[in-house]
Amino acid sequence: MKTMIRIYTVLVYVFLYLPIAVMILFSFNSINSTGVFGGFSLRWYRELFRDSETLNALKNSIIMAVLSSLIATVVGTAAAVGIDKMRSRWLKSVTLTVTNIPMVNPEIVTGVSMMLLFVFASRLVRISGVLGFWTLLIAHVTFNLPYVILSVLPKLRQIDPHLQEAAQDLGCPPLKSFFLAVFPTIVPGVLTGAIMAFTLSLDDFVISYFTNGPEFQTLPIRIFSMTKKRVTPDIYSLSTMLFAAILLLLIIINVLQAQSEKQQSKKKYY
Amino acid sequence: MTGSESCIISLRGITKYYNGEAVLRGINLDIHDKEFITLLGPSGCGKTTTLRIIGGFVTPDEGDVYFNGKRVNDVPPYKRPVNTVFQKYALFPHLNVYDNIAFGPRLRKMPESEISRRVKEMLELVNLRGFERRSVNLLSGGQQQRVAIARALINDPKVLLLDEPLGALDLKLRKDMQVELKRIQQQMSITFIYVTHDQEEALSMSDTVVVMDMGEIQQIGTPEEIYNEPVNAFVADFIGESNILDGIMVDDLDVVMFGRHFKCLDKGFAKNEPVDVVVRPEDIDIVSVEEGMLSGVVTNVTFKGLHYEIIIDIEGFKWMVQTTDYWPVAAVVGIKIDPDAIHVMKKSKYSGAFGDYSSFSDEHEKLSEPDAKPEQPPAEEEIVD
Repeated sequence: MKTMIRIYTVLVYVFLYLPIAVMILFSFNSINSTGVFGGFSLRWYRELFRDSETLNALKNSIIMAVLSSLIATVVGTAAAVGIDKMRSRWLKSVTLTVTNIPMVNPEIVTGVSMMLLFVFASRLVRISGVLGFWTLLIAHVTFNLPYVILSVLPKLRQIDPHLQEAAQDLGCPPLKSFFLAVFPTIVPGVLTGAIMAFTLSLDDFVISYFTNGPEFQTLPIRIFSMTKKRVTPDIYSLSTMLFAAILLLLIIINVLQAQSEKQQSKKKYY
Repeated sequence: MTGSESCIISLRGITKYYNGEAVLRGINLDIHDKEFITLLGPSGCGKTTTLRIIGGFVTPDEGDVYFNGKRVNDVPPYKRPVNTVFQKYALFPHLNVYDNIAFGPRLRKMPESEISRRVKEMLELVNLRGFERRSVNLLSGGQQQRVAIARALINDPKVLLLDEPLGALDLKLRKDMQVELKRIQQQMSITFIYVTHDQEEALSMSDTVVVMDMGEIQQIGTPEEIYNEPVNAFVADFIGESNILDGIMVDDLDVVMFGRHFKCLDKGFAKNEPVDVVVRPEDIDIVSVEEGMLSGVVTNVTFKGLHYEIIIDIEGFKWMVQTTDYWPVAAVVGIKIDPDAIHVMKKSKYSGAFGDYSSFSDEHEKLSEPDAKPEQPPAEEEIVD
């Protein structure tokens, strides 16, 4: 039985990661072939960095990820504080459900509906060609928000509800008391939310596909349009880099969470 | 009307509603300078709300709060000359002991050298010398408590508010901290307003005890007054053990219970006025039937260490007697009550709510704990403002 479980586990991982492993391997191929590995080389990476359109997409993706995660973090943290302070349990769960819908909603539905909204709104004010940087930013902030809220809320629930009052009691005006007493204790949650938002924004394809315009392409969209012409190994190297970046961010998130859990269990001990 | 001049804090006609339900009904209270005053009552009685109104965290719906004769209803917490020790301490978890205590002075831009000296002084006061660099998350409950007190007192408040500060500590530590708190209060010579549901804590520490129930003040007095001369059945029952009997005040110094006349020291009632009579269990002597004023059968004996707790059934009323003499169950005995052991109270809405010890058992013990009273409104701590 035990060996069966082991075999099963190994199989799961093989199916999950073999394709990625093959892709990474072939991104270092010295020849242009999907079947034969002709030796190790960085040829396709070099080629990639000579492709100005790809570099531009990379730049766009990073701009989008930074901006949308920053905005979502600020707005989401504020929203989490508000939700945490709601007195009516009923209102609280309704609000949470509404904020969580973008998370469980099929991406394609979110994408199509947002595109419709943007086009409809632009018709109303008689502007054409509205899809582009700003609509993409709005879309990214929207799907990032629930992740920020969900990573900040548990932190708020853990802290002593009187922290902010304690700061005010010691002579701190209300807004300052939030930043001095409450914010430092929820920083791990805020950081996790921010990195999660950054990751999601970086690798989003479906929603971006519907809400962006021709003049602002992000990396996933660039990869997609490259595959439409012909599949060359430089696509592998681009995907490999995207995979590596997101893997790194996920590791950071996990380390952050493990650390704050450790702190939490320490507290319980005493 | 303003608060009287000698009072540091005055509450006038304070009323507060939560969701349409009154949690405070017309509270009037004068708090004097350098006084250790305790708000005592079961959970949900409004004591914490009263404290939060003084601290500025809750605004009363009716009535006024005066500090030194000045109305402060609209003064926010951060501008009030009071500091609070919160129920679960509310220490800042991201700061160490030193930075927690230095929080207030830093806000007031006190020079760092001065702060360092003052923090040292405070740590000395609360017996935590050398704890500056410790993380507050790694302190024991008692130590966290001391840091919370130091963090409040470093601001030189005129008044320190303490919201059930010993609730989370174990019994032994609680006793030590009671002594400690009293010492600190006398050493700093400031006013302490202390909230608790523990009557023993209230009696042993306070100069003045304010007994509250259902959003109203039942009685204000010294611990001795509260214990020896409770104004109604609620106070008599809540503070210590008491036998509360129906009686008729036939004349001054003469009360009738069970159809028999008892001499007492109370007067000023109307002729033949029905009253509640309190007799403390430790004030009753068990004697032989012939010598006794009343006689009955022992139904229950519990050894309590210092004394025996003996339940005696006298004509259906179960008396509790605390005595160092042992009497076996089923013994027929008499009881003797001296005139000064009898305390007569006017009838109140609490009459009949507390009576004898007929349900005396472990279960009864649990029921008589303040948190387990059935007719309580929801605990005020649960109402987040």
